[in-house]
Amino acid sequence: MKLDPEARYAKTHELARWDGDEIICGISDHAQGALSDIVYVELPDVGDAFDKGDAFGVVESVKAASDVYMPMGGEITAVNEDLEDMPELVNKDPYGQGWLIRFKPSDPAEFDDLMDGAAYEAMVAAEEEE
Amino acid sequence: MPYIPHSEADRQAMLAAIGVRSIEELFADVPEHVRFPALNLPTGISEIEARHELESLAAHNLPVTGSCFLGAGAYRHYVPAVVDAVLRRGEFYTAYTPYQPEISQGTLQAIFEYQTMICALTGMEVSNASHYDGATATAEAVIAALNVHRLKRRKVVVSPFLHPEYRAVVRTYTQGMGLEVTGDERIGELGNCEIAELLDQDTACAIVQYPDFLGRIEDLIPLAEAAHAVGALLVVAANPVALGMLKPPGAMGADIVVGEGQGLGGGLNFGGPYLGFFATRMEYVRRMAGRLVGQTVDIEGKRGFVLTLSTREQHIRREKATSNICTNEGLMALAAAVCMAALGRNGMRRVAELCYHKAHYAADRIAELPGYTVWRERPFFNEFVVRCPGPVAEINAHLLDEHGIIGGYDLGRDYPHLEGHMLLCVTEMNTREEIDLLVEALGVLLAKAAA
Repeated sequence: MKLDPEARYAKTHELARWDGDEIICGISDHAQGALSDIVYVELPDVGDAFDKGDAFGVVESVKAASDVYMPMGGEITAVNEDLEDMPELVNKDPYGQGWLIRFKPSDPAEFDDLMDGAAYEAMVAAEEEE
Repeated sequence: MPYIPHSEADRQAMLAAIGVRSIEELFADVPEHVRFPALNLPTGISEIEARHELESLAAHNLPVTGSCFLGAGAYRHYVPAVVDAVLRRGEFYTAYTPYQPEISQGTLQAIFEYQTMICALTGMEVSNASHYDGATATAEAVIAALNVHRLKRRKVVVSPFLHPEYRAVVRTYTQGMGLEVTGDERIGELGNCEIAELLDQDTACAIVQYPDFLGRIEDLIPLAEAAHAVGALLVVAANPVALGMLKPPGAMGADIVVGEGQGLGGGLNFGGPYLGFFATRMEYVRRMAGRLVGQTVDIEGKRGFVLTLSTREQHIRREKATSNICTNEGLMALAAAVCMAALGRNGMRRVAELCYHKAHYAADRIAELPGYTVWRERPFFNEFVVRCPGPVAEINAHLLDEHGIIGGYDLGRDYPHLEGHMLLCVTEMNTREEIDLLVEALGVLLAKAAA
C-alpha cells in the first residue's frame, strides 16, 4: 500500500492534503485497490458546501458504487473534470492526477482529527485481519 | 400436510434466544382485537367442489371479446399467436431477471432486443429492462430527474392531461420527499404545453403524455425548449402503439420517455400484469432505475449478453439504489419484444394506421349525430372526446345492456369540467360493423331521449 506522506486519512478511506489554504481530497491507494477498476466518478458542483462526513460523490467500479465522504467540512472550489473521461486515473494515480475535489475548509483544525499515514496503515491492517 | 421447517424445539430455542416465553408474548405489541382474529373460514371442500365454485364465480366476468370502445390507458390490440408460443416455452417462462449470464443468454438476448426496439420506437439511446407499468415507470422518471439535479430541485410540473392514475402514482412515490408536484390542480385552465409557464429554476422535470389522456397529439418541441431553458428535463409518457406512426418523443427533445407497454403483445389481462417501459439519453443512464442488459464479447471474442451497470441496484447499493423496486416485468417485456419483432417496422406502422383511420371513421360518424359533439381542434390518434347529450354513465349502461357494447371512459370522473364527455377508443380490433352499430346505438338513445 502506497501512502502520501503529507496527507491525513479518514476512516472511510478519503485523504486530505493542504495546498495553500485549500484541501485536495481523493481516495487512498488502498481504497482504489479494493474497489478495483473504477468506471465512473460522480462529483459535486463547485460552490456546494458540506459538513465533515457528508457524502460528496460516488466512485463506481466494476464491483460497487461507493459514496465518498468529506474528510473535513468545507465549500467545493474545484472538481477533477478529467475524471469524466478518464475515471481510471483514480486507480493509476490516486495521490496525483486521480484527485477528486478541492475545497476550502470551514474549520482547518479538523485536519488534525484525521489519521496520519502510520495510523491509517495500522487501521487498514486491523480491518484486513478481521 | 403443511411444510413447517421449524420443530417445536426450534421455536422454543428461538423464543429463549430473544427472551420471550411464548408466541403470544412475542405478538404483545399487536393490538389485542386484531392479534388473533377469528377467521371464520368454512370447512375444506374437495377439488371438484372448489372448481365448480370458482367456475361459477368466473362466469360473472364479462370477457372483452365483443365490441369494446374503452381505452384510457389499457388497450385491446391483437396479440399475434407467436407471442404466446414463444412466451410459454420452458426456456423463457419466468418473470425473473437472469443473474447468471452463463446460463441465460437467450433471455438476456431477448431483453437486449426489447431494449433496442424500445429505443427505436421512442427515439432514445438507452432503455431499461422494464418496470411494473406505465404509472410506475413515470414515477421512476421523476425520481431519475430529481437525481439528475442531485435533489437540489424540488418541483415537478405535470400536465393535467397526464393519465390521472399516473399523476396519483407519482404523488404516492414521492410523498414525504417534500416536493411540489404542480400543474394539474388547474385542470380546465392549462393545456399540455401551457404548463411551460410553471417551469422555473427549481423545476426538476415537466411530464406530459403523448398522445395526451384525451387522445390529442401536440408538438412537444415548445415545451421541451421551455424545459431545457431552465435546465429541467422533459419526461414524456407515450403510447408505444401510436409511436408506430407518430414522430418519436426523442426527436422533439424529450429526455426520458416512459409509458405503458401493455398494447405491445399484452392482453387486457384483468388489469395486469402490464409493462412499464423507460428509455432515456445516455447521459442519464446512471440515473435510470432497473435492470439493463448490455452486449459484450467473451474471451473468445464471441458476442454475449450480461446485466450491466448493476452497481447502483438494490442488491448492491441497498438504500442508495436508484430505486428500491427491483422487480421488472421480464415476461411482459419478452412479449413486447416478440410482438414488435413479429410486426416489424412496417407492421407497427400498419397497426397504428388502422387504429388512426378506424378512430377517425368513428369520429366522423358520431359527429354526424345530432346532440353529439366530437372534439377535433387538435389531431388525435385512436382516442377522442365526445360531448354527449346526457350523463355518460347512463349512455354506457344503455350500450351494454341493450347492445352488448362496452362504451367509452367517463371523463367527468377525473375532470369536473368534462362532465357529460366520453373518451372513446378505437383500435384495429374494432370492425367497421362494430363502429356502425355503436353509432346506431348512440343515435337510438338520442331518439329515445327525445321521445
